[in-house]
Amino acid sequence: MNTEKYPQGRVVHSPEYIDGLAVDIPILKILKQDGSLYDGADMPSIDQAHAEKIYKTLAFHRVLDERMIASQRQGRLSFYMAALGEEAATVGSAAALDDEDMIMAQYREQGALIYRGFSLENFMNQMFSNERDLGKGRQMPIHYGSQDKHYMTVSSPLATQVPQAAGYAYGQKLQGNNKITICYLGEGAASEGDFHAGLNMAAVHQAPVIFFCRNNGYAISTPSTEQYAGNGIASRGVGYDIKTIRVDGNDILAVLKATQEARKYAVEESKPVLIEAMSYRLGAHSTSDDPSGYRTKEEEAKYAQHDPILRMKNWMLAQQWWTEEQDKSLFDEYREQVLAAVKVAEVIEKPAIEELITDVYDQPTPALEQQLEQLKQHIKKYPDAYPVTAGRIK
Amino acid sequence: MAKMNLLQAINNALDIAMEEDDSTLCFGEDVGHFGGVFRATSNLQEKYGKHRCFNTPLVEQGILGFANGLAAQGSRPVAEIQFADYIFPAFDQIVNESAKFRYRSGNEFNVGKLTIRTPYGGGIAGGLYHSQSPEAYFAHTPGLKIVVPRNPYQAKGLLLASIRDDNPVVFFEPKKLYRASVGEVPEDDYQIPLGKAEIVKQGTDITLLGWGAQMETLEKAAVMAEKQGVSCEIIDLRTILPWDVDTVAASVTKTGRLLINHEAPLTGGFAGEIAATIQDKCFLNLESPIARVCGLDTPFPLAHEKEYMPDELKTFEAIMASINY
Ligand SMILES: Cc1ncc(C[n+]2csc(CCOP(=O)(O)OP(=O)(O)O)c2C)c(N)n1
Repeated sequence: MNTEKYPQGRVVHSPEYIDGLAVDIPILKILKQDGSLYDGADMPSIDQAHAEKIYKTLAFHRVLDERMIASQRQGRLSFYMAALGEEAATVGSAAALDDEDMIMAQYREQGALIYRGFSLENFMNQMFSNERDLGKGRQMPIHYGSQDKHYMTVSSPLATQVPQAAGYAYGQKLQGNNKITICYLGEGAASEGDFHAGLNMAAVHQAPVIFFCRNNGYAISTPSTEQYAGNGIASRGVGYDIKTIRVDGNDILAVLKATQEARKYAVEESKPVLIEAMSYRLGAHSTSDDPSGYRTKEEEAKYAQHDPILRMKNWMLAQQWWTEEQDKSLFDEYREQVLAAVKVAEVIEKPAIEELITDVYDQPTPALEQQLEQLKQHIKKYPDAYPVTAGRIK
Repeated sequence: MAKMNLLQAINNALDIAMEEDDSTLCFGEDVGHFGGVFRATSNLQEKYGKHRCFNTPLVEQGILGFANGLAAQGSRPVAEIQFADYIFPAFDQIVNESAKFRYRSGNEFNVGKLTIRTPYGGGIAGGLYHSQSPEAYFAHTPGLKIVVPRNPYQAKGLLLASIRDDNPVVFFEPKKLYRASVGEVPEDDYQIPLGKAEIVKQGTDITLLGWGAQMETLEKAAVMAEKQGVSCEIIDLRTILPWDVDTVAASVTKTGRLLINHEAPLTGGFAGEIAATIQDKCFLNLESPIARVCGLDTPFPLAHEKEYMPDELKTFEAIMASINY
């Protein structure tokens, strides 16, 4: 055993508690809501072109979320999950990465995928489960994934991506390609056993992974006060000896800065980092949820004043990198684009019936082939009962 | 009698159980003030306090481990797992712990007072992870009881029996029927015995067997078959473990034919177990092979949900194939 690493400490002769809340966890803030900077704030590396790309991503994200919620209410889309109020956390962190770093998302991180340039058509095709969906129409809306964008397909069971991210990053390290993995999760998911297993594996095996926790205050209806005791998720990182930063998740510059640092550390030291981004989920958990059952309008209104997109816009205006006219035309243009894309995607056909049995294994088993054949015969006999597929069976 | 939907019947059963026994506790993700994402636990926190009906952190293995500890201590936990698809993080606590507590300790300890409630099944456009019917995994585990109601009346009577049963029970609720299924439910306390199937309809030519949400499918298929002059006997198994072999065998002895329908994939599904047992008990009475109409051997799809489901048409076809064998 390496006794140097074995816990040492100040020697005492009567019991002394150490208190979790006594650990002083600072919170990084760079940008104020009015667009000015905190005195002495350490700026991230960012130039005008980069800032514009980030801001456009935020704007697109906001428009996409608003339009898709509206589409869901009109019954055009079955389900949606927005990231209203916390867009800066995922966009700011994604903007600090190399485009080939792996992203393992929970589900509310479409911002990272927009930043990577996943096309509007690709978003729509997934949401409408049509035959052009990269996921072949198998998962609910917002379960995106793309090999090309280095974005692991989302899985609904929470926190399963956390130990996987540790393993993925460990593999990257062995290959020596200087790429890292970022693993997003909510503060609710951080309660799962997989979270603890994943952090421990990453710490012990020194995997270059950034665990990025979006602490938005709620897991469906459960407020974070009923989710954990003690000092948030950041304190967990400390326990696993993982370098940890807490950041204002609505402050795009702070998130960018923290993630740039974290990435540098992960690559150079080949070790994990935990970032806890403090934010607030302004919208409903999903379109199946109604927050009025568990929190007040006043509470929401208070946090609405911390709008991260407005904050970045104020900064851009102050920098003279952006104008109100540009802003208006950008949002208008995005609204038109999204609406047009909905209209296209919703009428594209569903995947062919053959796709039911592909990808269960690398090749369909004889049993699957037989089941498909039986199903086809059955559908041919009763075409009216299976309108989505009947017309396409030869 | 009152008109209730399935959720209201469950809520009513929980209310009765908490009223009668101070040690009965309801907990799980979002279960507290909000009343659960489906609202099965609505108003229970207001009525019985935060110490008896509460939100847990988001950790299924924690919920079940905690529940096992409570039950071992003598409390009566009714733990909710938000979707049956998310019961697997708790699989170890259920399969290795809940199910074996009594056996491994020579009954020094047991968790018989435990009940696990969880919404299961498809038909709600939920795709892979909001549609599974995992009863067969648990049916492979001695020490558990597994119960599936098909309507509000059953939900109340079976849930009260499950909560009071001195064994750990996994209670699967057909979420497709939560609001869709409405019926007359006695307001008073009553129980439906576990381990007993119900003959829903008498018939002479073939026995149709199922549980939960698929019972509607069987009933519709039977109507179609009757038009072809086939008389169907319909049985609701209600309890998957231990299952009522005698009622099913007696019926098959009479009709000479058996069709089993479930939503879970065919291979390794519980229909296989039933078919093997009935073949053993009723070999000489069978007029045709036992038919299984089940989900495909694929994960539960989204776009092709209708195609995947063992619906009434597929069931009707299988009935006719059995009859014409
Ligand atoms: C293992 C598992 N349990 C339960 C669920 C149901 N569920 C989906 S999202 C969610 C809340 C997650 O909250 P959080 O991690 O804080 O993320 P947020 O939604 O706030 O972004 C729950 C309970 C699930 N998907 N997986």
